[in-house]
Amino acid sequence: MSITPGPSGPPAAPAAPPGSVILEMREITKEFPGVKALSDVSMTVRRGEVHAICGENGAGKSTLMKVLSGVYQADGGQIVFEGQVVHFNNIRDSEHAGVVIIHQELALIPGLSIAENIFLGNEQTRRGAIDWLATRQKATELLARVGLAEKPDTKIRDIGVGKQQLVEIAKALSKNVKLLILDEPTAALNDSDSQHLLDLISGLRAKGVTCIMISHKLNEIEYIADAITIIRDGKAIETLRVKEDGVDEGRIIRGMVGRDLESRFPDYTPHIGEKFFEVHGWTVRHPSVSDRMVCKGEEFFVRKGEIVGFAGLMGAGRTELMRSIFGRSYGIYVSGTIVKDGKELTLRSVDAAIKARIAYVTEDRKTLGLNLLDDIKTTTVAANLRRITHNFVVSEPEEYRFAEEYRKELRTKTPSVDEGVSKLSGGNQQKVVLSKWLFTDPDLLILDEPTRGIDVGAKFEIYGIIQRLAAEGKGVIVVSSELPELLGISDRIYTICEGAITGVLDKGHADQESLMRLMTKNSHGGAGGEISVAEVEHGEIAS
Amino acid sequence: MNKVKQIFGGDTRQLGMIIALVALLLFFQIWSGGLIITPNNFNNIIQGNAYILVLAVGMVLVIIAGHIDLSVGSVAAFVGIVVATAIQNWGLPWYLALVLGLVVGAVAGAWQGFWVSIVGIPAFIVTLAGMLFFRGANQFVGKSNSVTVPSDFIQIGAGTLPEVGPSTGYNNLTILLGVVACVGIIIGSIRGRAKLVRIGATVEDAWITWTRLTLICAVIFGVMLLFASGTKGFPYSGLILVALVLIYGFISNRTITGRHIYAVGGNKNAAELSGVKSRRINFLVMMNMSVLAALAGMMFVARSTASGPFDGTGWELDAIAAVFIGGAAVTGGVGTVVGSVVGGLVIAVLNNGLQIESIGADATQMIKGLVLLAAVAFDVYNKRQGKPSITGLLLRGARGGRGGGTDDPQDPTSVPPSAKTETARTSETIGQSG
Repeated sequence: MSITPGPSGPPAAPAAPPGSVILEMREITKEFPGVKALSDVSMTVRRGEVHAICGENGAGKSTLMKVLSGVYQADGGQIVFEGQVVHFNNIRDSEHAGVVIIHQELALIPGLSIAENIFLGNEQTRRGAIDWLATRQKATELLARVGLAEKPDTKIRDIGVGKQQLVEIAKALSKNVKLLILDEPTAALNDSDSQHLLDLISGLRAKGVTCIMISHKLNEIEYIADAITIIRDGKAIETLRVKEDGVDEGRIIRGMVGRDLESRFPDYTPHIGEKFFEVHGWTVRHPSVSDRMVCKGEEFFVRKGEIVGFAGLMGAGRTELMRSIFGRSYGIYVSGTIVKDGKELTLRSVDAAIKARIAYVTEDRKTLGLNLLDDIKTTTVAANLRRITHNFVVSEPEEYRFAEEYRKELRTKTPSVDEGVSKLSGGNQQKVVLSKWLFTDPDLLILDEPTRGIDVGAKFEIYGIIQRLAAEGKGVIVVSSELPELLGISDRIYTICEGAITGVLDKGHADQESLMRLMTKNSHGGAGGEISVAEVEHGEIAS
Repeated sequence: MNKVKQIFGGDTRQLGMIIALVALLLFFQIWSGGLIITPNNFNNIIQGNAYILVLAVGMVLVIIAGHIDLSVGSVAAFVGIVVATAIQNWGLPWYLALVLGLVVGAVAGAWQGFWVSIVGIPAFIVTLAGMLFFRGANQFVGKSNSVTVPSDFIQIGAGTLPEVGPSTGYNNLTILLGVVACVGIIIGSIRGRAKLVRIGATVEDAWITWTRLTLICAVIFGVMLLFASGTKGFPYSGLILVALVLIYGFISNRTITGRHIYAVGGNKNAAELSGVKSRRINFLVMMNMSVLAALAGMMFVARSTASGPFDGTGWELDAIAAVFIGGAAVTGGVGTVVGSVVGGLVIAVLNNGLQIESIGADATQMIKGLVLLAAVAFDVYNKRQGKPSITGLLLRGARGGRGGGTDDPQDPTSVPPSAKTETARTSETIGQSG
């Protein structure tokens, strides 16, 4: 790393006042083979503020942060940090200067303890040997600072994602951080954990730590950010000062997509037919804990052309319910029946479920939905190879043709269906996964968090696809953590809490409050118990 | 340079291996003063390595599925001794002995497949145990002695195509084989191209197809002519190998089972959620490996006319090396049958050339080790650079469009269909092609 005085920046004062400029990125340009990821991006971050970066997926937010933290080197432009032009060649350089990045995918080692993780790469030593006493003491202090009530010896795998996020922040604090970069910190968190994290970020701000935060959750940005820089197509569009400019979600969306989104949901009139899919007394045991039921005698039905929402806190058992129905791909079946088109079905395998024309689109695209080594065309036909196999031979021309049809129908942005799925953005990957399941020609489509990690524009398109499928007479189940999404798209919403359906509301009668009440019905003391439920469930999911 | 790439299609990894193989052949040819590219030496290379190449064909499927099989050498040795004993002591005719050998291999494979797929023990452990067990079983059955086999059995390892028909100075059947292969390849290409045209996909220029076909046919025919001009015809073990490459190449690319093997190796959980029965796939690849190991063992016994207690030692490592030189990934999901066989041939030519040059076993092993390391290192390096592979270096400067020309598809005629019209159109297509 080399530090030279910046041409225009003032020399770094020992105790710079809040509000002065801590970071200036000037005309940063970064090119990858064939793509200009960033072109002349400039932004200014003031000391002690929370600076949000918004933009659609693939707009260049993460690339910009990787340039800032030294993961990538810029092809052009300057970074001025604390008044000095800096060149970070790697993460070590940037951390040495006090810039710490926390990536979307947490970089913790599950088998090591909290304390070991906090000081990984920065071990506390005495005469060349690790000083365990100091490690634990310092870890305990740091855990107190982030408000995490866990022992430093607890293993990472034994705590939930929300707490792991706090450990990451504790790790950052241990490095004497001046500028903390958080890449979608709340993407995997439930509402209460997210709230806790946002409060922690506020607390850090009060103590003078500057934060840059990438997020898709506009309500969170509105809640916490002091300034918002909007990036679109690799260019910085504008920086909004929340206090002065009076920013709301609509304003941010307008900046991100470059147009007004009249509504976040396409116009749509449902045509609902008769009941065709019913589940009765569905009871499923946890795969490894024999006395724990993840579904407790659940009852629900879906009508033709209906979009049915499933609301529940993370760990409430929504995914478990859907996957157990989808060919018993989760848990151990105990009792219950599935009736489709008046006939009782026994679905012992995923293959049987696919043959019964049920499709399940997983919440976890990268680890459960896609083989990232595959290209688009192979992925498109993967769940129903039978359809293009004649005399034991998979027809490659048909594979190509179907892949092309779905690419056009779903408007997947790609140069060709020969492209690897790993190269696509989240929204386009989700479209490929949808293609794969549409190719099985399902009557019932179960979508688990269909818009997770997808930008606003792509969300709108996915909603349109869902509505089109319902209009064709298919039943669609949408599982989602985002209540506004469920309210916007569903015709009817079931609520789940602790593995049991607690209620069902028609579109007209549902709002966020009534849903939240039902989602926490079984917990101890209503809304107040929300956190404890979430945390308990969380731990179990992670283990 | 770009044209060269186009002619060889998009698969630059395979091209790189073939270039390396040809370069190696030429290098030894010059070094040895013309002792490498001769009919008899080619026969030696094929017959002396066919069993390793057969193992590589099975091993690549195991590795694509994300496993490894260390037991192949021991299984081969065990089957060899059982077959030899059956012929020598029980008087079993050679063809029944062959069947018996394959059955024993299938049983051994089912045993290992059971532990891997049903019980869920890593294949590394299961086959490490198998390696010890079947080695011991070989020495138990043969009482640690060699058992010889009669001359009619040795054909599958040492036999060659016989002389038939008019005396042409060449081995007629070998020539015929070359002609059949060329005609088959040409017909296959033309039909494939016609199908692509019919669905409206972009096809490469005709001259690319024809140049490629001419090159491939020239090479095949040239090699067959070389074999035919010697004192013996094309070896039977080579025929077995070619058949296996065709069959397994087809299975891996064009059948549901093959697709599922790649899917399980690429992402087991995603595969299962797409209806793939991963246990079945794991069982199949492990069992298939042992069946091919049995075949390899019998080919070796046939060639060396006896089965001994130390047959097949280290074969597993040669087969695994061939697969990785051939471009497979340790993490599974990546690899090709053809690539693995070419990788195996690279090792075979290396062995052969060094042997002819009287390089000792010590140096030969060191060189082989370094070649394996270099081949995989190139792969890793180029992947990190975002380049396709080894040929990124060989063809430096040839940046630009990939071969095959499918990058920019033209508008297919279709309009966004509903699922039902798609089905209708599918049956139309079947009607047309059938």
